[in-house]
Amino acid sequence: MLRFLIRRAVLAVLVCLTVLVVAFALTRLSGDLAVSIAGPNATSEDVATIRKNYGLDRPIPVQFLDWAAKAASGDLGRSYLYRAPVAGLIKDRLPITLGLGVSGLAIALLTAIPLGILSAMREGTFIDRAIGSVALIGQAMPSFWLGLVLVIFFGLKLQWLPISGVDTWDGYIMPGIVLAFSAIPALMRLTRAGMIEALSSDYIRTARAKGLSTASIVLKHALRNAAMPVVSVAAVQLGFMLGGSIVIETVFALHGVGYLAWESISKNDFPVVQAVVMLLAMIYIGLTLLADLMNAVLDPRLRAG
Amino acid sequence: MTARTLSTGLGIAIVGFILFVALAAGWLAPHDPFAQDLMKRMIPPSWMDGGSTEHWLGTDQLGRDYLSRLVYGARISLLIGTLTVVTSGTIGTTLGVVGGYFGGRTDDVVMFAITCRLAIPLILVALTVVALVGSSLTVVVLTLGLLLWERFAVVARTTTMQVRNLDYVAAARAAGASTPHILLKEILPNILTHLVVVATLEMALAILLEAALSFLGLGVPPPLPSWGLMIAEAKDYMFFSPWVIVVPGVALFVLVFGINLLGDGLRDLLGVSQRR
Repeated sequence: MLRFLIRRAVLAVLVCLTVLVVAFALTRLSGDLAVSIAGPNATSEDVATIRKNYGLDRPIPVQFLDWAAKAASGDLGRSYLYRAPVAGLIKDRLPITLGLGVSGLAIALLTAIPLGILSAMREGTFIDRAIGSVALIGQAMPSFWLGLVLVIFFGLKLQWLPISGVDTWDGYIMPGIVLAFSAIPALMRLTRAGMIEALSSDYIRTARAKGLSTASIVLKHALRNAAMPVVSVAAVQLGFMLGGSIVIETVFALHGVGYLAWESISKNDFPVVQAVVMLLAMIYIGLTLLADLMNAVLDPRLRAG
Repeated sequence: MTARTLSTGLGIAIVGFILFVALAAGWLAPHDPFAQDLMKRMIPPSWMDGGSTEHWLGTDQLGRDYLSRLVYGARISLLIGTLTVVTSGTIGTTLGVVGGYFGGRTDDVVMFAITCRLAIPLILVALTVVALVGSSLTVVVLTLGLLLWERFAVVARTTTMQVRNLDYVAAARAAGASTPHILLKEILPNILTHLVVVATLEMALAILLEAALSFLGLGVPPPLPSWGLMIAEAKDYMFFSPWVIVVPGVALFVLVFGINLLGDGLRDLLGVSQRR
């Protein structure tokens, strides 16, 4: 198991380094950064001053190494737009994005697992097919559009929930539901497949023969075995959700990391963009590593490998 | 007739209909989708109060005929979906087949590339690229094409591994066939059915992503009638006239739903059991 984990950790570090290069290279795509920062009305002296002040006159590899070395020590540079350290900007906004991601995941699991179980227990029936079509519908729903429709209906018509911001906890409900939609189909299919396999296995037949109640068989015996892949996929889905929160945060005007990134992209604030790309990638890598770890701990078959 | 054939039929009907609308847009659209008429702004659809049969789906905030824009928007969605899948399919299939066939170090490199791609936040990077390079249809297609190849690579790799040791590949090798010949003529045709199923899923995803990018103002540039852009432009008016976002949103949903139904049907028909 140790060898498996060490290999995974080394891989994660390599992926981190590659993403670091990608995040840096990404913002150099436009050619001359100084011109973009200076804006359309700048004179050539302005551009030259900016180039010098931001250190953009140095060779690209030097700029990269300087940025990477500082990033490793927690200094992510200064935002051109806010004129403040990027690390601080992100730290202020991260709780909102994480709160959004966690509520999205919670809603997704609370919906996907019961539906998946029900679908598996009624395999091939009308209920199974109906739940399957719900998954298909969820998959086809444009998330930003669903967000707007919910805002109109629950925010404006019924006035049950706030239409923007997260000043109170119920501000997370609508964005959480929208974010959950992207993860529900995959998690549901996985639960269903796992439960179908578990329910047809020998130990369930034994449990049935012992006269255990259906509830005990399904929840205690079958679900425990079906849950493992669901848990590891859920960790990965959380990573995707945090990456996708940029759209949801814009729809609901939540001032999280996603909103910050969108603002920075449209205003050429590259230090922030670089940092957010890196941060989201690191969180994703961390979550997949966690999923591997959980699998290794829970599944004895992996420990040998 | 089973429920499965019924849903596949529905998928074919939806995709076929939207394809027809896209191809015949010039003939179907009652008005010029770009023609503004500030005297006729925000006319509601014909079945609502104040609507008229001159504009079946009403007009937008610039007085442009909504139905005509919707009809031309089908072209953009399908064009972006198809071109993106061609781009990403080529990249992903090449990587996957090469990794799966040669194995060893080559495969390690391919797996590493897939892992790195998955770690990169999709929408964020796509937005940044479009913002820096400038928004145009070509840029959106290339950006999405360069980002959405990982599922092709995963599936091409696994399926190539399954067929590389089969007798017909060994026979071709023994007959002295070159490696490119084996890859293109023996391996590729035998994994193609799996790739077709991935292509439908990825096409649906690409269409949704384009709409999301356009919605955030960094996709297809105005005044092109992208459905995502139509929602973005109508957003400021949705509180007073909700139909302005319902119309393009429903179109988007129906198209993606149809493609997914078609993909599921193809998967069953071709006997492919792979799904992430």
